[in-house]
Amino acid sequence: MKISNDKIISNEKIANDTYKMVLQPETIPIILPGQFVNIKVDGNMLRRPISVASVDQNTYTIIYKVVGVGTKKLSKLSKGHILDIMGPLGSSFPIHETLDEVLLIGGGVGVPPLYEVAKQYRQQGIEVYVVLGFNDKDAIFYEDDFKQLGCKVYTSTMDGSYGIKGTVMDCIKEHNITCDTVYSCGPLRMLEAVDKNYKKGYLSFEARMACGIGACMGCVCKDKEDKEMYYRICKEGPVFEIGKVEIVC
Amino acid sequence: MLEIKLPGLDLKNPIIPASGCFGFGREYAELYDLSVLGGIAIKSATLEKRYGNPTPRIAETPEGMLNAIGLQNPGVDAIIANELPWLATFDTQIIANVAGASEEEYIEVIKRLNANETVKAYELNISCPNVKHGGIGLGTDPTLAANITRMAKEVATKPVYVKLSPNVSNIVEIAKAVEAAGADGLVLINTLLGMRFDLHTGKPILANLTGGLSGPAIKPIALRMVYQVYKEVKIPIIGVGGICSAEDVLEFLYAGASAVQVGMYNFVDPYICPKIIEDLPKTLKKYGIKNIQEAIGRSHHE
Repeated sequence: MKISNDKIISNEKIANDTYKMVLQPETIPIILPGQFVNIKVDGNMLRRPISVASVDQNTYTIIYKVVGVGTKKLSKLSKGHILDIMGPLGSSFPIHETLDEVLLIGGGVGVPPLYEVAKQYRQQGIEVYVVLGFNDKDAIFYEDDFKQLGCKVYTSTMDGSYGIKGTVMDCIKEHNITCDTVYSCGPLRMLEAVDKNYKKGYLSFEARMACGIGACMGCVCKDKEDKEMYYRICKEGPVFEIGKVEIVC
Repeated sequence: MLEIKLPGLDLKNPIIPASGCFGFGREYAELYDLSVLGGIAIKSATLEKRYGNPTPRIAETPEGMLNAIGLQNPGVDAIIANELPWLATFDTQIIANVAGASEEEYIEVIKRLNANETVKAYELNISCPNVKHGGIGLGTDPTLAANITRMAKEVATKPVYVKLSPNVSNIVEIAKAVEAAGADGLVLINTLLGMRFDLHTGKPILANLTGGLSGPAIKPIALRMVYQVYKEVKIPIIGVGGICSAEDVLEFLYAGASAVQVGMYNFVDPYICPKIIEDLPKTLKKYGIKNIQEAIGRSHHE
């Protein structure tokens, strides 16, 4: 982890309220799939934790949704602007070399960290099923990007305006996808459903954070079995093995 | 130039990360050598392990934040076994923040910490707004505040600083009561009680409903309270509330603080404490101050 001044290479709207920002640090650190960066926004106190979607030669990409004043300000920044960024932070999605196929399940703005996972598995020639869930047609992004990696992509929308109508679980059922190793990130209710239906794989959680480095205890969650045991989403997480964390919706 | 001696504390500089904003220092030790710090006020210790409040525990506010952690900590015995031996490897003064749900719990925590040589002083937390019992309940009533201070002083083998709540109508009255009960020093101030609401659900953002406001937003209130209390007590004051620069430190010293604690700004810039320590000599020089001692209470001098 370090704090660096990263230059905005591009910052564009890719779906409803959803932006893609490419950043160039002075030197590109090792960023593992699923890790996040913590971004200082001028005029706001707390940093904004945002997961990294893709790591490239000397840049990395984040995708964020405008949900409040901080992300609104981020969306207005233009090319060349320098951002004060802390990272990379948190745990990552482990990439295994012995699997035949993996299933990535992403919901809304939880989709981005799965892109780097897909990239790394496709580089190994492993079959990657991608199930994406969005609220409606206008919220969809990265469907083509996953396809370009050679993933098998299935999309659902809650209102049925595109793809299968319903949740990601409905979509998996409809297409009869049987792969049993999952990587998932998205809304808590979606993670709860994935946690209930799968035994193998990883979930990535979102939380309101203050320090982002494990000091403040702002973003803790409990162990599913041992109620005395807790984890910090920013430090032991955001990625946890399926079945490890108690999910409270 | 920066050194200051306070009861039990031999500070090489007046900068101390505030309790609850620095854990037990482990995360920050990955970033810099903790030995640069004057001291560290470690995370509150209670008798038993505490998980704390449900989440969300954090909400941003203009120039600050609300927190409702609820004194999450591994319990005093685990702190003695796992955290203090590690903290002892650094050349800095450790202040143990003590909390409890009852007077008896505070006393038991102090008894267990008494034998530990790493802890140089106690900070009695009678001002946490996020726990239902103890905490702020003791800190808003002069009689109760004095009583817990007296009980702590009876058993403590190290100096006792009392961290006061700003959520009172008369801070001076509480400060004087605590001083009369034997406190060796005061820490001013803990967080202010606040709320925020979610625009979609209409409900409070924090699961605990209310939380403690900290950050630059509370700095003028902290300065005012340090100033008012300094006039009325003889024991030293450690100032805390929204400090994020060497200039802020100087303001607190002028108001009457002998040292300061840095709280939420550690979250914004994890290097803020070493930065302030580096800037402080230049800043003192800029305003014609020869040493910390000269700045303490300057606003009150003729």
